[in-house]
Amino acid sequence: MSVRGLSFYRDRRMIFQGLDLAIERGKVTAIMGGSGVGKTTLLNLIGGRLAPAAGGVAVDGQRVAALSRQELFALRRRMGMLFQSSALLTDLSVFENVAFPLREHTRLPEPLIRDLVLMKLELVGLRGARDLYPAELSGGMARRVGLARAISLDPMMVMYDEPFAGLDPISMGVITKLIRELNDALGMTSIVVTHDVAEACHIADYIYLLGEGRVVAEGTSAAMQASAAPEVRQFMGGLPDGPVAFHYPAGDYLADLLGS
Amino acid sequence: MDQGRGIVGHVRRLGRQTLDGVARLGRAMLFLLRLTPGLPVLFTRFSLVIQQIYVSGVLTLIIVLVSGAFVGMILALQGYNTLVRYDAQSSLGLLVALSLVRELGPVLTALLFAGRAGSAMTAEIGLMKATEQLAGMEMMAVDPLKRVVMPRFLAGWVSVPLLAAIFSAVGILAAYVVAVSDLGLDGGVFWSQMQSGVSVTNDIMGGVVKSVVFGLVISWIAVFEGYDARPTSEGVSLATTRTVVSSSLAVLGLDFIMTAFMLRGL
Ligand SMILES: Nc1ncnc2c1ncn2[C@@H]1O[C@H](COP(=O)(O)OP(=O)(O)OP(=O)(O)O)[C@@H](O)[C@H]1O
Ligand SMILES: [Mg+2]
Repeated sequence: MSVRGLSFYRDRRMIFQGLDLAIERGKVTAIMGGSGVGKTTLLNLIGGRLAPAAGGVAVDGQRVAALSRQELFALRRRMGMLFQSSALLTDLSVFENVAFPLREHTRLPEPLIRDLVLMKLELVGLRGARDLYPAELSGGMARRVGLARAISLDPMMVMYDEPFAGLDPISMGVITKLIRELNDALGMTSIVVTHDVAEACHIADYIYLLGEGRVVAEGTSAAMQASAAPEVRQFMGGLPDGPVAFHYPAGDYLADLLGS
Repeated sequence: MDQGRGIVGHVRRLGRQTLDGVARLGRAMLFLLRLTPGLPVLFTRFSLVIQQIYVSGVLTLIIVLVSGAFVGMILALQGYNTLVRYDAQSSLGLLVALSLVRELGPVLTALLFAGRAGSAMTAEIGLMKATEQLAGMEMMAVDPLKRVVMPRFLAGWVSVPLLAAIFSAVGILAAYVVAVSDLGLDGGVFWSQMQSGVSVTNDIMGGVVKSVVFGLVISWIAVFEGYDARPTSEGVSLATTRTVVSSSLAVLGLDFIMTAFMLRGL
């Protein structure tokens, strides 16, 4: 998968300008960056939910923005996505949520669907929670159900938007391992969007650090940890001061407070 | 947007609101067009439609039954009160049946349905949008228009005529009970007058046509408002209110137009 010269605007505010990245098949790629740099937006561009202003995204040789609705849906069938907000269907139970893609896209017999769903739920440790409804789950549990659902069709590529947010250290370890194992065992391509520096370095083969609409730094996790570039040091070390701004663009603070 | 104060500001706001209204109407039309490719759900995923008929239709049934019974009884009392002055109380059955089948059945059912099921449809779709459930479906390569919107739309459309028929039937039965037990009319006369006076092609078909149109319009407004809602809690509540208001007004306005045409025999 590759992104070439991608530009994207929201209400004339630049989100991406000439963004280039390449994601290798069968690898785990982490995309990191401060809150609001557009990581979720990037995933939506890859999934074809948003259209770029210039440049484009190619997945498996197909230009996403040029696909017809049908072709886009065919492509999405091979992509799994874990939403930042989980996006579970609230009127379906955990079991039915994970079964949803199977029921929509396959004609498998019921016993087989049941087995597949239970296998996925077992992977995320929630087989016992199959009869609960999304409203009865904690944030971390919902995230794990979302993950089980994202992989229920065994896609070729999975995009994880913040898979670690709201997870306790144990589930975090399990999920990290799971992402890695799924990737290696099934030959999936994984894109992991995260803030979590330690986890990202732990599982990713390659890391992109985004900032100000472009790639600020990239490299293997070892290279990133050893990098001396100030942007990378600031992000990896969690330092408030440095080249990357913590604030959303705003006018002068003092003038704002004085109300003029 | 600041449109300024005073007369000019008012005129500007009026203009803007009119333009917004026309634009919404256009969007609603386009939405209906975008829905049509989903029509095959009716055949491929019939169970989804049935499920929605249960949700919107069957759950409105109770209030339709109760309202139908009350309206029938009221019609019997009021109708008797008027007819007896001209010594025409034997026509009570006919009066009740015509009022219900031609007007009150379709219209009141439509209003009840808009309030009970239409608003629920809008809120449900709007909330699914606000909580990214529709976006999630899209990313799973499931078209929410086919999976979520179309079944609800079809179910609403089918439910209204059926409910209207039930409303009229219950109303007539309730009127019969009041007429015979309370007003002391003869049951046989009540039915025979009705039988000879109500025409299937004119009266009953007229009512059916009306309720089919109402069903279409209410379901259309309800799903459009839900899908078009701003994805916030305020946006959803606004959309719900708008569904009830616009579909009630649309039902009454269309009823006037259709009645005018039907009475002139077009
Ligand atoms: N629907 C929208 N309309 C307008 N602007 C938006 C919308 N969604 C996001 N944005 C803007 O786009 C920018 C990028 O948002 P995005 O959600 O991609 O950030 P992110 O990198 O995923 O952040 P986080 O790590 O906090 O999830 C933000 O500055 C946000 O204000
Ligand atoms: Mg995000």
